[in-house]
Amino acid sequence: MMNRETVKTDLINIIKPYLPEDIMANDVSEDKHLINDLMINSAHIVDIVLDIEDKFDIMIDDDVIGEMNTVQDSINVVLQKTAA
Amino acid sequence: MSDYKNILSLLPYKRPFLFVDEITSLSEEGAIGAYTIRKDEFFLEGHFPGNPVVPGVILTEIMCQIGLVTLAMHLMNLNEDSKVLPAFTSANVDFLSKVLPEDKLIVESKKVYFRFGKLKCTVTCKKTDGTVVAKGELAGMVVKSEA
Repeated sequence: MMNRETVKTDLINIIKPYLPEDIMANDVSEDKHLINDLMINSAHIVDIVLDIEDKFDIMIDDDVIGEMNTVQDSINVVLQKTAA
Repeated sequence: MSDYKNILSLLPYKRPFLFVDEITSLSEEGAIGAYTIRKDEFFLEGHFPGNPVVPGVILTEIMCQIGLVTLAMHLMNLNEDSKVLPAFTSANVDFLSKVLPEDKLIVESKKVYFRFGKLKCTVTCKKTDGTVVAKGELAGMVVKSEA
């Protein structure tokens, strides 16, 4: 089982390049919605998910991407997939 | 061959913004097609007066329509009833050589990925003598059409 904090740190590093200029990496907390709060474009969500797949060596299915709404949701998906 | 013709008729573009003459190869992995610059293209009148050169932004569009959109339509099995339109999401293109009226351009794309409805390709645009005029990475998705 991967450590939750490690996953969170890795995830924030993945998200960082896709944040709009007026949102700082410090603003990325677990409750934040990727699209509605962090203002990440939906086209970039795909890139983030592909980066997550590479970083954690997991496969994310089309139906799972719809569940990755907040930072917390995304951490949970990674923890679930890496535990499997 | 009928398959490619069908793709052409399904493209949502019309003159003067249709930049595909033919598709010569279309597979899960990429597309190849061609477009010849007409002498009377609308953009040549202003770019530049008396000195017509095809703008990079139009080369990008030609690469997108042939390399990205036809491939996306093929991969997603789009048809007349699909009610979707292509949306360009990113382009990172180098322009390497000048393109003039009546030049024939051959565009070839190779799929980088097609995941979660987003298609990313490397796309190369050459003249018939093999000169590479532009190359880069393009990506797009489809969105529901309003009509």
